[in-house]
Amino acid sequence: MELNARIPDGPLERKWDDHKFRLRLVTPANRRKYRVLVVGSGLAGASAAASLGEMGYEVLCFTFHDSPRRAHSIAAQGGINAAKNYQNDGDSVHRLFYDTIKGGDFRSREANVYRLAQVSANIIDQCVAQGVPFAREYGGLLANRSFGGAQVSRTFYARGQTGQQLLLGAYSALERQVALGTVKLYPRTEMLDLVTVHGRARGIVTRHLVTGEMERWAGDAVVLATGGYGNVFFLSTNAKACNVTASYRAHRRGAAFANPCFTQIHPTCIPVSGDYQSKLTLMSESLRNDGRVWVPTKQGDTRPPGQIPEGERDYYLERKYPSFGNLAPRDIASRSAKDVCDEGRGVGPGGLGVYLDFADAIARVGEQTIRDRYGNLFEMYERITGEDPYQAPMRIYPAVHYTMGGLWVDYNLMSTIPGLHVLGEANFSDHGANRLGASALMQGLADGYFIIPYTIGDYLAGTRLEPVDTSHPAFGEVEAGATGRIRRLLSVQGSRSVDDFHRELGRILWDHCGMARTRDGLTRGLELIPALREEFWRDVRVLGEGEEFNQSLEKAGRVADFMEFAELMCRDALHREESCGGHFREEFQTADGEAQRDDERFTYVAAWEHAGPDRAPILHREPLVFENVQLATRSYK
Amino acid sequence: MSATFGLTLKVWRQATPHAKGRFETYRLANVSEHMSFLEMLDVLNEDLIGKGEVPIAFDHDCREGICGACSMMINGRPHGPQRATTACQLHMRHFADGDTVIIEPWRAGPFPVIRDLVVDRSAFDRIIQAGGYISVSTGSAPEANAVPVPHEAAERAMDAAACIGCGACVAACPNASAMLFTAAKVSHLGLLPQGQPERYQRARAMVRRMDLEGFGGCTNYGECQEACPKEIGVEVIARLNGDYLRASLTARETRVAGPE
Repeated sequence: MELNARIPDGPLERKWDDHKFRLRLVTPANRRKYRVLVVGSGLAGASAAASLGEMGYEVLCFTFHDSPRRAHSIAAQGGINAAKNYQNDGDSVHRLFYDTIKGGDFRSREANVYRLAQVSANIIDQCVAQGVPFAREYGGLLANRSFGGAQVSRTFYARGQTGQQLLLGAYSALERQVALGTVKLYPRTEMLDLVTVHGRARGIVTRHLVTGEMERWAGDAVVLATGGYGNVFFLSTNAKACNVTASYRAHRRGAAFANPCFTQIHPTCIPVSGDYQSKLTLMSESLRNDGRVWVPTKQGDTRPPGQIPEGERDYYLERKYPSFGNLAPRDIASRSAKDVCDEGRGVGPGGLGVYLDFADAIARVGEQTIRDRYGNLFEMYERITGEDPYQAPMRIYPAVHYTMGGLWVDYNLMSTIPGLHVLGEANFSDHGANRLGASALMQGLADGYFIIPYTIGDYLAGTRLEPVDTSHPAFGEVEAGATGRIRRLLSVQGSRSVDDFHRELGRILWDHCGMARTRDGLTRGLELIPALREEFWRDVRVLGEGEEFNQSLEKAGRVADFMEFAELMCRDALHREESCGGHFREEFQTADGEAQRDDERFTYVAAWEHAGPDRAPILHREPLVFENVQLATRSYK
Repeated sequence: MSATFGLTLKVWRQATPHAKGRFETYRLANVSEHMSFLEMLDVLNEDLIGKGEVPIAFDHDCREGICGACSMMINGRPHGPQRATTACQLHMRHFADGDTVIIEPWRAGPFPVIRDLVVDRSAFDRIIQAGGYISVSTGSAPEANAVPVPHEAAERAMDAAACIGCGACVAACPNASAMLFTAAKVSHLGLLPQGQPERYQRARAMVRRMDLEGFGGCTNYGECQEACPKEIGVEVIARLNGDYLRASLTARETRVAGPE
């Protein structure tokens, strides 16, 4: 396997423009002759499908939801970054680029990140034109807020529902194309595998979730926009259906998986309340604009927060990181919360929580202003916990939130399988070892609206594609494999439910490949996971039939893939003997407990090649070359 | 530490769209007050799987009240008793030991049952296809601050745009009308300067699609706004009626887009 990132030559500022000029084009009249299969309908998938449809390609868009509008992008709360510099506070494309590279702890590609910063401004233009109701100042112009890891205000937002509004914008553009006939939409249709012909991605096999019917779809290119794999931990802020199946199946067919150990633990989530817990709920990072994070200075202090005097509180983020304070990046804020809880200073049941306190902000700007800014988040907190955050501080704890790792892609967003393009959270390209807040929405829409429409044309125009339809034997083989897996899952008829196995897998990963990792822990994880996988295939209980609406069966297929994928994560975490961003190896830290990178050995993307069942994956390295920024130890002090 | 209690659940079970459905009664002990309603159903489903019974199918995903997937009548009310709350955000502290809870799917002709509590809401997507958008292709947008939007207009548009497309409004309406859903989108776009060029055509096309899908007419019961988990008010319906009336009066100048 050869990794060619295809990063254009020339100065950073000109790479994308020059590259766009060099890309081959498909003339408007020829575009309808090409069929593109888009899997996923979140920000990346919907924006890509709509844009490609507008250009005149024949687009088929698949989603396992009942409607594209339910994709998990909808749950993003806080905002979307863009280098508009509307606040006149020193922002620029270069600063957004630099903040993102630094925030990612120097483990992402300069060229990709610079392009992301460049197109960020176009995204805001596009979304405003679609009718996205961003927050406005009284003069009618767009408002901004601050987010973690930045010292400028560049985040655009629509209350605490920015993801919802951006997704509804992309969804409306998509539905417009459906009405015009350029895009055909296939809801409640789940991709189970990728079909390659002569090494190129030429189709997919799906299962219709209502009827259980297996279907084959042939096309000239495949676009995966299938999100991240945070649910491998069972408990995460991801929606329940988020899964790794599409990415992992593509990986098994030849797509390299990059940096799978780079997972983001978000610092501000509502703590776990019991063993029935089905998911964790995020409280937007935007709350850290006004909320102050603290724990008692004394261990085991069980007094209610109101009775703990100012002098006996430790505002540890402000103390440790005075220049960024409560807006330190996510990885740092999460690890700091873990540290104070490990010291026995956590609050709430089990001591797994820290306070996020709005008392000072309410005193400063008034309760109504806080209500205007975060009202829906405060309500959500009260609904879940039964506590009123206007009266007492919120309790928060870190939770798995986002995955920076993903399928390896080149500068054109194409994986190591020609014709297979990967967008949004499903790829690895832009966030390095840690993603900054409000950058996921930016990346999903950048990929879908402004990058894939250019790069996919280059692939289609520059490739001689033989006609392939679903009668090709490759489709039959892939479908038979997928059907066989379903039969196998149904035939085990064991004693443990799918969720029961999934919870156990999640616990193994949280304990051994979570916020802090060690050689011993990861080695242990690599023993436990295959044993659990073996037990899964021997003892899982999936009731019902394959040819019907069967949610247990859907979950079983996804968990089966998580069981294999989890091993790849641990393997990657074990090999990376350094700490960077969200990947914290306890053996590699500075005297004051900060992540210690090893740039000599690990300034590369780890891209793993599947070597076949029961064989260790093969590691390929894409060196990261920094010509425009100096590798520095990240400091937010 | 937290209180636990027992419930009797009467749940609608229906194996296929055309099968005859029935209520099944289940007893569940050890319900924690901190569980969400859907977590309570998860626990019931784990019990059922343990006994070798097929678990209850229900739509759900984000469990944060924003994706709009969850869709069940709880004691006769869409999403249950708590105001402005989806079923996934409803917590068991609102129920008491010994309560009987009746759980049904949305009941409306245009939302046929798929299985148990799962219904087909694709009619909503087709209403959006008829005109719930601003026709702006990627790349053709002007600079974002070129057109100021008054703060108040943006806020009112956001109020309407908060719709999660769950269908509670239809489920609550004695006529199974989709007016609140349709009007929310018409209002969201019609309140913004960007939405003006297609404003009247949009209202007409979307209402027409709504009628074709078999949703009933609005007779001002107002049950929809009571059921809406995002508290969208019936004033959006007044706005839609105004736009629709004007569109009808000027019909010759407009063209209805979208599938017939």
